[in-house]
Amino acid sequence: MLLLLVGTPIAWWLARSKHWIRQPVAAIVALPLVLPPTVLGFYLLVLLGPNGPIGSAMDSLGLTLLPFTFEGLVIASMIYSLPFTVQPLQNAFQNVHHRYLEAAATLSASPIDQFFSVVVPMARAGFLSAAVLTFAHTVGEFGVVLMIGGNIPGETKVLSVAIYDHVESLEYVQAHWLSAGMIAFSFLVLVTLYSINGRIGAGALK
Amino acid sequence: MTVGPGIKARFQCRYPGFELAVDLKLPGSGVTALFGHSGCGKTTLLRCMAGLQRAAGTMSVNGDCWQNDTQTRPVHHRPLAYVFQETSLFPHLTVRKNLLYGYRRTPKANRRIQMDQAIQWLGLEHLLDRMPGGLSGGERQRVAIGRAILTSPNLLLMDEPLAALDQASKQEIMPYLESLRDSLSLPIIYVSHSAAEVARLADHIVMMDRGRVVAEGPLQETLARTDQPFGLEEDAGVILNATVREMEPNWHLARAEFEGGHLWIRSRDSLHQGQRIRLQVLARDVSIALKEHSDQSIQNLIPARVDEIATDLSPGTAMVRLVAGNTPFLARLTSRSVECLDLQPERRVWMQVKSVAIVD
Repeated sequence: MLLLLVGTPIAWWLARSKHWIRQPVAAIVALPLVLPPTVLGFYLLVLLGPNGPIGSAMDSLGLTLLPFTFEGLVIASMIYSLPFTVQPLQNAFQNVHHRYLEAAATLSASPIDQFFSVVVPMARAGFLSAAVLTFAHTVGEFGVVLMIGGNIPGETKVLSVAIYDHVESLEYVQAHWLSAGMIAFSFLVLVTLYSINGRIGAGALK
Repeated sequence: MTVGPGIKARFQCRYPGFELAVDLKLPGSGVTALFGHSGCGKTTLLRCMAGLQRAAGTMSVNGDCWQNDTQTRPVHHRPLAYVFQETSLFPHLTVRKNLLYGYRRTPKANRRIQMDQAIQWLGLEHLLDRMPGGLSGGERQRVAIGRAILTSPNLLLMDEPLAALDQASKQEIMPYLESLRDSLSLPIIYVSHSAAEVARLADHIVMMDRGRVVAEGPLQETLARTDQPFGLEEDAGVILNATVREMEPNWHLARAEFEGGHLWIRSRDSLHQGQRIRLQVLARDVSIALKEHSDQSIQNLIPARVDEIATDLSPGTAMVRLVAGNTPFLARLTSRSVECLDLQPERRVWMQVKSVAIVD
């Protein structure tokens, strides 16, 4: 959800802008796809840690340091999963022909109004696949979480890491329970999203 | 900045291989046609007027300034409506919601056109709950026109609204456009490359070529220019507004009166007395006699005055401008006939009109 909020403006800008800086920004957004999660986790840890630039700034402002907290974990997953939100949205936005926006403008709709009344409904399939991909990716991630979350039980322990722990200590029964649970849960979420998508798609063609 | 009535549009912009430079003052009512070949800049000019395309210049509509050298009003703050060439209906909304899109965004106090009116004018009753994807091209364009006028605009811009349609759909929409022209007191700027559409709809015409205005003026006068700026060649001719005065059912004829005389035209079922019609008389269908001959087959003999004689496309032919009352006509004659009849400006002659067409 948070990612959709952050990713939407970025995707919109990437889809519409003709500025030269667009390509570098697109590359940065896509970087987490290429890099091993540990690289990302490592730099986030350095940046946000007590000696990193952001970390020391937060420290001097009297804020809690982010690494090894739930908030830190959320921020790290967001950066890591950003491309999975931005790419489908960007594609969907690019498919909304600019003529529809021009038409909306000539019908007195302001740019923000155009976005919510024309772009969002026309790009809803993009929003759904962004949600699916992001969800899938966030649930399944491991490396970044381990690096920045620190695997503190009850606070920053996520399922994927928990399963890893269980397997490491040869507790296969628990590992089975959690793994099977995750498969079932993920399947349910995906089926729900796809069937919603299918229904909307069919409705639009009628 | 004070700006007078009428539409003033002055724009200048440059793209690779194309430059637009126009300075127009157009009437503040009626249909103005922007006419020219594709690529002449007519659509670009229309987009500049709407503000969809940025260009240096000024734009004002009946005293309301939309753009000048210091400020530009964004598109959604301009009281205009725009009909695009291809369908621009929102595919995710029903016809009714498409129509309401602009209507809802128009302040209540400014709503001069109501939903019921637009639906009735454009015959949209049975389409309201359909999705745009299931409509025919003609229906879609009718809905688009309805959606546009429901913003109660001060200027309606139409970018070749019929170009993407087949002949049958064009015929279907034309009467709606005519009735809009006659029932809305709203200036319309209509981009077209079709001489037939222009002849039927326009009151004022602007001919463009390579980003510049080549000729401009009221339709009748401009079409009757002997230098033929529109390059209609064989189809050169005049348009005149006339009123049906008399029906002659035995001969299937009707008498149409115009300013300066009358013409007998072939009657048809849809004509009725008092109806306003547009007639087209091609230059090649007009010949000239010095005396009134009653012993010949042509029914339409009109006294007229020679106004101007000019060389036509080839040196062998001449374009003669005649005036009957206040109405100009063109006649294409051979240069030899002009010589033999000793035609001179101001000479009184009889104009023989071989055929007249009702424009539709």
